[in-house]
Amino acid sequence: MAVYLIRRLLQSIVVVFVMTLAVFLGVYAIGNPVDILINPDFDQAEFERAVRALGLDKPLWRQYLVFLGNAVEGNLGRSFVFNEPAIRLILERMPATLELALAAMLIAVAFGIPLGMIAGYKPNSITGRTIMAGSILGFSVPTFWQGLMLIMVFAVMLGWLPSTGRGATVAVLGVPVSFLTPDGLTHLVLPATNLALFKMSLVIRLTRAGMREVLLMDFVKFARAKGLGPARVILVHVLKNIMIPVVTVLGLEFGSVVAFSVVTESIFAWPGMGKLIIESIYVLDRPVIVAYLMVIVFMFITINLVVDMLYSVLDPRVRLVEHKA
Amino acid sequence: MNEAREPTAATVTDAGAEVLAAVPSPLWRFASDFAESRLAVLGLVAFLAIAGIAVFADFVVPQNPYDLAQLDILDNRLPPGTKGLSGMTYLLGTDDQGRDMLSGIIYGLRISLGVGAASAVLALLIGMSLGLLAAYFGGRVDSLIMRVVDLQLSFPTILIALILLAMLGQGVDKIVFALVVVQGAYYARTVRGSALVERRKEYVEAARCLALGHARIVFRHLLPNCLPPLIVVVTVQMAHAISLEATLSFLGIGLPITEPSLGLLIANGFGYMLSGKYWISLYPGIALLIVIVSINLVGDQLRDVLNPRLRR
Repeated sequence: MAVYLIRRLLQSIVVVFVMTLAVFLGVYAIGNPVDILINPDFDQAEFERAVRALGLDKPLWRQYLVFLGNAVEGNLGRSFVFNEPAIRLILERMPATLELALAAMLIAVAFGIPLGMIAGYKPNSITGRTIMAGSILGFSVPTFWQGLMLIMVFAVMLGWLPSTGRGATVAVLGVPVSFLTPDGLTHLVLPATNLALFKMSLVIRLTRAGMREVLLMDFVKFARAKGLGPARVILVHVLKNIMIPVVTVLGLEFGSVVAFSVVTESIFAWPGMGKLIIESIYVLDRPVIVAYLMVIVFMFITINLVVDMLYSVLDPRVRLVEHKA
Repeated sequence: MNEAREPTAATVTDAGAEVLAAVPSPLWRFASDFAESRLAVLGLVAFLAIAGIAVFADFVVPQNPYDLAQLDILDNRLPPGTKGLSGMTYLLGTDDQGRDMLSGIIYGLRISLGVGAASAVLALLIGMSLGLLAAYFGGRVDSLIMRVVDLQLSFPTILIALILLAMLGQGVDKIVFALVVVQGAYYARTVRGSALVERRKEYVEAARCLALGHARIVFRHLLPNCLPPLIVVVTVQMAHAISLEATLSFLGIGLPITEPSLGLLIANGFGYMLSGKYWISLYPGIALLIVIVSINLVGDQLRDVLNPRLRR
């Protein structure tokens, strides 16, 4: 186990370095930063002084080391637009994104698992088929258009829910959150639902597949033969066994929810880091783009690492394979 | 299904051929398996119809939305079914420039489908070759290619596309490039998986014994046997590519305004949505949805038909 964890950790560290290199080369080497960072009115002498001050006269590998050194210290440059450290801009907006993503996951699980269980319990019933048809639709609808339709129906036509912003927030441990105020909660409903629907379809499919597989197993027959009621068999014996794949996939999908929140945040004007990155791309605010990428990469690698570790705890087969190898 | 087979058996009079006809050709069997799902057939028909309309857009549109002479700015933002000043009835309404939405959608479909198909085909060629190389040569080649693929697959597609477009800027070539990079990994993964199994089979061994060249073995012997799962991935990825292009264009970082794909049309209507002018965003979105759903329906059925584990 310890060997596996250490190897996995080392792998992650290598990936972090590879990704910093890719981001550095992509953003700083392919495009010419001189054009953007230095005032075009400079004369030759001023120009060269500025190049030297920015360290752009050094060979590429030295520049990369400097970039890496600064990054380790948490210095990813200052935003051209806000004139604030880029990393601080990202971190300020992170709680809003995480709140949205967590709310979406919660909705996806709260509705997806029961629906998937119904669809898996009676796959050929009308209810089962309707749920599956709904999940195909949920997979197909592009998130951004779905968001517009939610706004059209619930904000414009019915006027039930607000469609932009976070609403009133309260600080919990210094972090502003929306879901604790009634106003913030109503603002959260539409964007979170929009983000949740795709994942809900995924959860429905996973749960249904798991349900159909597990229902045929001997231990289910045994539980029934013991005289346990159908509710107990389903809710205790079956549910436990379908949770492993669902939990793993959801863990892995959390990162993709955060990534897809870019779209939802832009539509619902949710002030998170996804909206920030889109706006930064419009104005080519490179330090913010780089900082966002580094934060996201770090987050993803952490998520993958944690999920792999949890998986090896939950499912001993993974560990055994590693030992043999 | 029996009804469908009868004509083939009836047309053949020769006794020996009749026996052959009783064992349907693989292609025929494939087609009849596919036709078992009415929804999938419907999806295929819908997709072919839409693709046909998109290809022949110039002949079917009621108005050329990019010919300024045919536009009347006073006809702007008319609701669906209104008769405009130019005497033409706008079935799906008009946008803020007085352009007929139906015509705009048809041209938009052409751009969206074109970008989707181009990127799917390019990604297929590149990803497939990489996957075959990895599986055939194994060892270092394999681990190098698959490391990169795994690394890429651990990040969501939209994020990678976003990063690439942030670096490259807008443009048709750039978005196709981004979509190819994003999707190539899926093809490589799929092909490698099936090629690894195929590689160990005797016919590959036989081809090697005949001292055929690597390229010939890989492309003429190995590849045809790896195709079935690949076809499924192509359909799924094409739907995904169309959706992703629309998303990126909607966000304003995909196609430039000179290439008004469905995503850009929807983005254009977003500003008018809050004032109740729903049709500018609604109808292009429905068109997009029909395309994606029909491709997904076809893909779903292909997955069932081509999956050897589900063979009856």
